[in-house]
Amino acid sequence: METNGYLDMDLLRFTTAGSVDDGKSTLIGRLMYDTKSIFEDQLQAIEKSSEKRGDENLNLALLTDGLKAEREQGITIDVAYRYFATPKRKFIIADTPGHIQYTRNMVTGASTANLAIILIDARNGMIEQTCRHSFIASLLGIKHIVVCVNKMDLVNFSEESFEKIKASYIDFSKTLNVPDIHFIPISALKGDNVVDASKSMSWYTGSTLLQTLENVQIISDFNFTDARFPVQRVIRPQSDLYPDFRGFAGRVEGGIFRPGDEVTVLPSGISTKIKAIYQEKVELKEAFSPMSVCITLENNIDISRGDMLVKSDNQPKVDQEVELMLCWLNDKKMTPKGKYLLKHTSNEAKCVVKEVAYKVDINNLNKIEGDFEVSKNDIVKITLKSAKPLFFDSYKKNRTTGCLILIDEFSNETVAAGMIL
Amino acid sequence: MSHKLSHLEQLESEAIFIFREAVEQFENPVILFSGGKDSITLVHLAHKAFFPAKIPFPLLHIDTGHNFPETLEFRDELAKRYNVKLDIGYVQDSINRGTAVEEKGLNPSRNTLQSITLLEKLEEGKYDAAFGGGRRDEEKARAKERFFSHRDEFGQWDPKNQRPELWNLFNGKKAQGESFRVFPISNWTEMDVWQYIKKENIALPSIYFSHERSIVNRGGVLLAESPYNTLLPGEKYEKQIIRYRTLGCMTITGAIYSDADTLDKVIEEVAAARETERGNRADDKRSEAAMEDRKKQGYF
Ligand SMILES: Nc1nc2c(ncn2[C@@H]2O[C@H](COP(=O)(O)OP(=O)(O)O)[C@@H](O)[C@H]2O)c(=O)[nH]1
Ligand SMILES: [Mg+2]
Repeated sequence: METNGYLDMDLLRFTTAGSVDDGKSTLIGRLMYDTKSIFEDQLQAIEKSSEKRGDENLNLALLTDGLKAEREQGITIDVAYRYFATPKRKFIIADTPGHIQYTRNMVTGASTANLAIILIDARNGMIEQTCRHSFIASLLGIKHIVVCVNKMDLVNFSEESFEKIKASYIDFSKTLNVPDIHFIPISALKGDNVVDASKSMSWYTGSTLLQTLENVQIISDFNFTDARFPVQRVIRPQSDLYPDFRGFAGRVEGGIFRPGDEVTVLPSGISTKIKAIYQEKVELKEAFSPMSVCITLENNIDISRGDMLVKSDNQPKVDQEVELMLCWLNDKKMTPKGKYLLKHTSNEAKCVVKEVAYKVDINNLNKIEGDFEVSKNDIVKITLKSAKPLFFDSYKKNRTTGCLILIDEFSNETVAAGMIL
Repeated sequence: MSHKLSHLEQLESEAIFIFREAVEQFENPVILFSGGKDSITLVHLAHKAFFPAKIPFPLLHIDTGHNFPETLEFRDELAKRYNVKLDIGYVQDSINRGTAVEEKGLNPSRNTLQSITLLEKLEEGKYDAAFGGGRRDEEKARAKERFFSHRDEFGQWDPKNQRPELWNLFNGKKAQGESFRVFPISNWTEMDVWQYIKKENIALPSIYFSHERSIVNRGGVLLAESPYNTLLPGEKYEKQIIRYRTLGCMTITGAIYSDADTLDKVIEEVAAARETERGNRADDKRSEAAMEDRKKQGYF
């Protein structure tokens, strides 16, 4: 590791979930306040608003409740992104609202997150929402969950309450696919165990929330095995200086590429070798995820946007039919056997919903079979048939080559998010 | 070799990805160039995204007529250096046409008028996507902004009806007449931008650094002496050592007292700063929801 301060900081993206009033906004406000990420004028603004609303304490939730409508109603209605940093890491928070009808927001926030904080009100213990949020985190491939048992001040900082909730969550979490789960008793309002260790819970000897966020190991979550390079754009300067340059711009979405590697171009199946890998003028010895680079090849092959370079000895699946778990995001219900436009890496294709196998009851993971409509916030297992072959991995193996979205061609809206099985 | 990217490397990669994605998805994009450090950083990133080809879209600057001369000089030099076309929209033209009306009062700000000229220029140039240097950490209303932000045919933003944005899949589909704003550095903070400027050795206009300037302190906002500012009774200009944290119209952009005359000193100052950078802009102070209201009208 380099010692050169900020140039070597790490990046952690996390999302927060909990039902309404569990204290998400207060917690995020607390994290930012105690890490001194709030500026004087922001503080003044929320002090003024707190007063206007007649709040007793400084309302840290107002820091994150951004849009007018939600300030007036006092609820979070859309995913908001927040930032703070410590000398170790920069953090990007996707603050997602907890309302039942907002599954789509949590799915959105979780799609780019490495970690999820799940809030539980110490007075209520685990509720349906807790299961729902944990399941979504697991479905979206999040490998780290931090369960924060909040409002400990309202249960006299009782160890017994905390342990009971912890035990029931551990029991429930066996059904999840999350390898790393932490438990922390906190008071977002008073600050206990958020940034500073609690003085009222000496029985708790684990890390504070911030320490946990700073130290969680995420490097092993990246895929360095299956080399995938979706081509975004062909770069052909046709200039005096670079008359014959033909490079393929994109981002490495898995594995490691090096000059000299034998690669296969999909869908054509033609093989060649990597000549060079560039980041602007700099020639790299290797490129890995998530680096944006420009690759040149030994042979002059016809390649365009939507194609994918892969290592010849490790290829993704190529198929026109894909099975996936789908979260419906739109007010308009899914059209049975409907046609949509799909986006997958840099590829785009028309597709049709061939079959809807079942709906998942996300409170208990039970499968619901038989006739049903697919409406907003539903999670279903479906089979899609695409108008042309897709090159993909399972979402479990690769979050980027394993995800897709569906677009309604009439409204142009993004109507669904899918994770390939 | 460690297979780990620093936060700046990850942010850079993300921004480059967005640029490449937008160029493929839109027919006629443009960089909205304000002259400030964020848009200078954008141009640098665009250059890296397409090298060795040149930046495949022009810069668009909305000139309020109230700019710092240093901003304009730097703008012209930058366009030359990157060999990129510079399109300029003049607020004065909109005023002359009668589509924009100058604010009343002694010291009118043309900041709100910019939106009008911008929308006119986007329509005139048939630009269907405009890259902006907006960051989500700048202001509350921006915290929910998408990378690809949809605008209706009147250029308006509807915060209640934004498309969900998942993973790195960006949906730039639109109907005739609609457009997008694209924000490649959405996830950067002010500190990230400064650190990146240092890492990449990016040149900035001189007024970001400490210098002597004639200013007047109006209600806590330090305004520069300029032909567009009329002194109120009892006010007078004084020479002070100041610098700017953001660049906008001379009529509303406040300076800060500072002797940070190098990038390192500026970064140190930013790290210790107690006010967000927009805090010294007179326009955001007008009401807490000011930015959101202006965004709805088509402001960046
Ligand atoms: N006593 C106590 N109240 C809390 C705590 N955390 C949050 N609250 C209160 O719970 C209410 C809801 O909090 P908020 O952050 O808006 O919840 P959100 O809906 O999850 O964002 C507010 O009145 C908070 O002051 C806590 O740790 N202890
Ligand atoms: Mg909230």
